[in-house]
Amino acid sequence: MDIFLQQIINGLTTGSVYAIVALGYTMVYGVIQLINFAHGEVVMIGAMTAFTVIMAVVGLGLPLPPALIVLLGVLAAVPVCMAIGYTLERVAYRPLRHAPRLAPLITAIGMSIILQHLALLIWGRDPRAFPQIMENASFAIGGAAISTVQIAIILMSVVLMAGLTWFVYRTRFGIAIRATAEDVRVAALMGVDANRVIAATFVIGAGLGAIAGVMVGTYYGIAHYTMGFTLGLKAFSAAVLGGIGNLAGAMLGGIVLGLVEALGTGYIGDLTDLCRWPLVGGMLAERCEADGHAILFGSNYQDVFAFLVLILVLVFRPSGLLGERVSERA
Amino acid sequence: MTSQPYALLEAVSLEVHYGGIAAVKGISFAVEEGELVCLIGANGAGKTSTLKALARMIDASGEIHYRQERLDQLPSHALIGRGLALVPEGRGVFARLTVAENLAMGAYHRNDRAEIKHDLDRIYAMLPRLKERAEQVAGTLSGGEQQMLAIGRALMGRPKLLLLDEPSMGLAPLMVEKVFEVIRTVATQGVTILLVEQNARLALHTCTRGYVMESGKITLADTAANLLADPRVRAAYLGE
Repeated sequence: MDIFLQQIINGLTTGSVYAIVALGYTMVYGVIQLINFAHGEVVMIGAMTAFTVIMAVVGLGLPLPPALIVLLGVLAAVPVCMAIGYTLERVAYRPLRHAPRLAPLITAIGMSIILQHLALLIWGRDPRAFPQIMENASFAIGGAAISTVQIAIILMSVVLMAGLTWFVYRTRFGIAIRATAEDVRVAALMGVDANRVIAATFVIGAGLGAIAGVMVGTYYGIAHYTMGFTLGLKAFSAAVLGGIGNLAGAMLGGIVLGLVEALGTGYIGDLTDLCRWPLVGGMLAERCEADGHAILFGSNYQDVFAFLVLILVLVFRPSGLLGERVSERA
Repeated sequence: MTSQPYALLEAVSLEVHYGGIAAVKGISFAVEEGELVCLIGANGAGKTSTLKALARMIDASGEIHYRQERLDQLPSHALIGRGLALVPEGRGVFARLTVAENLAMGAYHRNDRAEIKHDLDRIYAMLPRLKERAEQVAGTLSGGEQQMLAIGRALMGRPKLLLLDEPSMGLAPLMVEKVFEVIRTVATQGVTILLVEQNARLALHTCTRGYVMESGKITLADTAANLLADPRVRAAYLGE
């Protein structure tokens, strides 16, 4: 098996999901400079809602095609998450619109905890196995395998990204969102109601998050009330990597982060196998003889890469890959 | 004041405070339909604050009457639908949007697509530079072009009353001349204009009537011709 190609495929899959989640962070940030830390939780609730609906439909025992059952899950998760996104903005953030920036940030963390525990109350603390109804066939390409679920996730993400780009760049309301992101007060002079635009960014981001939640659930075959936390942080790292507030940046950042994570996870074991390091290897000769390896960091270090990337970006290029350096023409 | 109906725009005892500091100290003034009125004064006299208060961008006390309605109760985004547009100080173009998108934003509140297209053609005819650069991001335009864009964008909203804040600011003399030519053209097309300007000579030569503002108060109000002849204005604002 070609590890490199396989990890690229895996990375593109998770990267697509990160990109879709990152869009939710970056849209909201672009308009009100708020990091909505509760966004990861919205994704989790999307996965949980879809899980519940899918289980219920499967329980009916109707001869429905699996793709349709998953679609029903999505159709339930999207409005639920949109409603949560709207409620978050309306109840938690709007009253703090003109408060010092720390206040909404702390509120966001609070909302994250509330949503997580709400999910704990509803769905319990045990991980829920996503029913593997999709026939997960694999196709061999160049010594690696790509599954139908991976193909579906990547295609769906491309469609969502293209759709969002079209919406934001080609529709009147999309242009109004970009105008508001640039200058709320001038946009208001054009008749743009900032509250509507801000609410819309939350709702759209949450809708995308819901779909991402279903993708993750289907991909890993599991949903859990804490899954939104790490996923949210990684997607946030992706948004920062691309340049927070920048839509194309969130997409690129998500994909790059997914690839870095997959390749890092794929190779970290080999790279930190002390038996391969001549100097150290000699000292561990006995163990290397017995086990054949002495791995310092294994693939359980998977989650490290996203945050390593976050730290490196913040140190060396805080504006991100596509973020513009702050320079304003008079 | 009078028992007559209010003028197109009338401010009564308008006051603006920033924290404890009063920027506008209870001024009253009126703009009649079809007029080109200017508000002149030194830097920090409260001119921009007055315009921002009229456009509801900042809180103010006092009354603002506009076409039989009280503006001081409305949010900023409700004004353009009532025919009031402001070209803000520093132009306020959306630097990351294209010229065409900026102009489209000017007509955001309108739904008459055919008429919008017609107005766009009219503005492109009046400001051909904008047409050449329609697909260019507005941040790459020169200062003068940005000012033209800001005015063109405001006109896309078909305003009855146009508030202009320091349109000459930061522009080369030649460009200032062009911008004022556009302003005069717009005025002849039946748009009422309230112009705030630091360049008093230019403003008074453009307007029919003027107010002089000093430390948050209106100190003089007269026809432009009389103000140009007034020794106090000549000494303080025309450098004579």
